[in-house]
Amino acid sequence: MTTLDSHLPPAAPRPGARIAAPRSHVIADAITMLRRNLLHMVRYPGLSVFTILGPVVILLLFVFVFGGTLGAGLPGVEAGGGRAAYLAYVLPGILAMTIAGTAGGTATTVSMDMTEGITARFRTMAISRAAVLAGHVLGNTIQGIIAVALVLGVGLLIGFRPSAGPLEWLGTAGMIALIAYAISWLGVALGIQAKSVETASNLPLVLTMLPLLGSGFVPTGSMPQWLQWFAQYQPFTPFIETIRGLLLRTDAGWNPLLALAWFVVIAGGGYVWSMALYERKSVR
Amino acid sequence: MNTAAIDVRGLRKSYGAKTVLDGVDLTVGAGTVTALLGPNGAGKTTTVHILSTLVRPDSGTARVAGFDVVRDPAGVRAAIGLTGQFSAVDGLLTGEENLLLMARLRHLGSTQSTARVAELLEQFDLTDAARKPLATYSGGMRRRLDLAMTLVARPSVIFLDEPTTGLDPRSRLTMWNIVRDLVGQGTTALLTTQYLDEADELADRIAVLDGGRIVASGTPDELKRLVPGGHIRLRFTDAAALRAASRLLDGSARDDAALVLSVPSDGGIGTLRQVLDRLDADGLTVDDLSIHTPDLDDVFFALTEKAETKGIRS
Repeated sequence: MTTLDSHLPPAAPRPGARIAAPRSHVIADAITMLRRNLLHMVRYPGLSVFTILGPVVILLLFVFVFGGTLGAGLPGVEAGGGRAAYLAYVLPGILAMTIAGTAGGTATTVSMDMTEGITARFRTMAISRAAVLAGHVLGNTIQGIIAVALVLGVGLLIGFRPSAGPLEWLGTAGMIALIAYAISWLGVALGIQAKSVETASNLPLVLTMLPLLGSGFVPTGSMPQWLQWFAQYQPFTPFIETIRGLLLRTDAGWNPLLALAWFVVIAGGGYVWSMALYERKSVR
Repeated sequence: MNTAAIDVRGLRKSYGAKTVLDGVDLTVGAGTVTALLGPNGAGKTTTVHILSTLVRPDSGTARVAGFDVVRDPAGVRAAIGLTGQFSAVDGLLTGEENLLLMARLRHLGSTQSTARVAELLEQFDLTDAARKPLATYSGGMRRRLDLAMTLVARPSVIFLDEPTTGLDPRSRLTMWNIVRDLVGQGTTALLTTQYLDEADELADRIAVLDGGRIVASGTPDELKRLVPGGHIRLRFTDAAALRAASRLLDGSARDDAALVLSVPSDGGIGTLRQVLDRLDADGLTVDDLSIHTPDLDDVFFALTEKAETKGIRS
């Protein structure tokens, strides 16, 4: 044994060194983990229902209670057409809020895994950590997309009439998938970071506030100067403007590019953060 | 050929200023059970975590099933199974789904997975509850499922971190029988426990861990012999015989009410023969005889106390 060792290259036990798992298994394992997360979703739909219920209530509130007045204040809206105009304006913001809300669910499920000890079990098995986390991310991306589709459905029911053609619809679907994916990575990182399940479910609440501090509910031009700068460049405004541009065929300017840039930053940041935390935090 | 399934040399680990493991050496032969015995905070769980690749050691080497835990964690992971102190089951799935999840992650293939899962459910007496959600499981059932999940891929080395803590006596016996069966089939087990009777029941060898160091190791009997306090207990039918025997045997202690005489002994056959020969020579009849060796509790307290004073001095 000892003589064999001398022929091996010197050990490089740097912290967080990658553990090579066969690549074919990474994908198979990610699918297994995804199936597990989808099964959770079907068995315990409570969490998913809440991520849909919240945005729907806010949508109804803003359209039917505040919509008449808020809509009349939108640029280029005639008197009396306020509510319908506001529904068209606010819906993309509500969709962004729906996606932001799914981060709470992601963080909660991840945190539950971490505290229950099953993550430690996964780590003692020859499964790549990317597969474990990807299962969570993909599961929650799917959940986010379903939630957005349902909220959009409610919007259509109460009179939202987008002017998008098939290409624009495709673009909208793609953009929503990207945002949901990026937010899921962030949710996973927050879930691992949180010390308890309670913290994990509350941390991402900040995210759901962001559409309010952007172009989600009112145009940023109506805000004070110091707030405008933040409102225009924070991640949700480009997302909202891009979806608005696609669904209503308005000019989104360079917002789609900015949205893609934010997608890379959030998804990449969440990925790196999660992977770094995973090794460290899963031992209780 | 080296038949050590676990081989640990000079393992050290500290968290900040707190030293948890202070040079642990441990060898577990293939197909045997070693119990790692120690009080809370002795470093038992940290040792298991290092051996199961969850935690990296600061220094020292550890090989499990021939693989180095630092250089080749993937090799270690393919060979081991860990049942930790905290239940590592998916509470939102059924028992059967939990086992199938493990089978898939071990890439057993669907036919083999189904067969193995059915076999484990049967073996662990979980067939009736297989399709019920875990919320309906008792503590003992959860623990059995936890162990069954560890065994899906038939690991050659298993780590059991306090496997019976919090279980009722019946579940505890069931768990013991399962471990015995596994070892009978050639599995190597490293078991941590605070219970001396558990170590005594299950382990071929016991290593006593205290303050991050192995303070003693050996077979249960070897450990018991380390501690004085063993004696032979002789009961007589009448007080006259008792008094006669007590005069005959040096250092014996007499209990007149119970008609019992305690003779200090190292537990060996030689001493016993000597005592009986002497009584025979004087024609004294013994009504009842029993040999008392110190139990592991005595050993445990003696060893861990010794280590404590050593720790204070250094």
